[in-house]
Amino acid sequence: MTEISVFGDPVVLWLGQLPVTRATLTALAVSGTLVLVAGILRHAILRRPGSLLAIIAELAVEWPEQLVADIVGHPVPSLAVFSGTFFYFLAACSVAGQLPGVRTPTSNLAVTSALAVLVFVTVPVVGIRSQGLGRYLRHYISVSPFMLPLELMSELSRTFALSVRLFGNMLSGYLIVALIVALVGVFVPTPLMALDLLIGFLQAYIFAVLSTVYIGAALRAREE
Amino acid sequence: MNEQTLHLVMGAVSIIVAGLTTAIGAFGAAFGESRIGSAAMDAMARQPDEGAAITRNLFVTLAMVESTAIFCLVIALILLFANPYTAGLHLQ
Repeated sequence: MTEISVFGDPVVLWLGQLPVTRATLTALAVSGTLVLVAGILRHAILRRPGSLLAIIAELAVEWPEQLVADIVGHPVPSLAVFSGTFFYFLAACSVAGQLPGVRTPTSNLAVTSALAVLVFVTVPVVGIRSQGLGRYLRHYISVSPFMLPLELMSELSRTFALSVRLFGNMLSGYLIVALIVALVGVFVPTPLMALDLLIGFLQAYIFAVLSTVYIGAALRAREE
Repeated sequence: MNEQTLHLVMGAVSIIVAGLTTAIGAFGAAFGESRIGSAAMDAMARQPDEGAAITRNLFVTLAMVESTAIFCLVIALILLFANPYTAGLHLQ
């Protein structure tokens, strides 16, 4: 039975002082595959409009735009790119986790925390760019100045929740499959792997929706 | 009580508490999710046209409630696999 490391991440190679872990390599491979697929779809939509690949490409672009327009209330192309990238990356990570010998990078707390910190940083940047520094800071005390600590706590805790939710879901799926493989055998955990894949897609969708909601709230304050 | 006994007791307590953490956390989340599900079914039966919007919000809300159970699971996993008090026992 192979060693199951729950919280650790083995270092594969060192680039000088920089450790390159297994999750980093898997995430880079997933990103590379996504860029490759995007290139193929772009080629299809440029050369052969109307073909199956071109239709898939159109759907893949229009679906996040529709999602963002539904949540924010009006189309925001840059936010659609941001959230759509999250969805496709997390879904591709979940698919990659089903390959034999590959552990999904999102079952590593460092990876999910990095993604959540990206959302955490983007919210004030978008808010300040769309409404100005003064108005953005004023929305923290718009209800009451006593709410300021609570507002700050909620900014931190939702970032924490965003990362731990994704991490816990993906790790539990991985652990269940690993346990069943260790106890029973090879073909028995297939339904559980399908469930893991479904949960992975669902969590990717939820991560994209929640990041859209958080950033959309910073955008929307301008219109009120 | 010497060092070895202390580690053994901490390990036993950690395992029991890890099971309890997951059980109680799953109980609360399951109760909340059942109420969300029944409310969503009710809303969809009343307004089938809004089914898509209700389903989207349903999944988001379910995931947010589910995350409390997931937090409990993560705490249980920390108790089992990354517990500083049982580091000498090599439980994993």
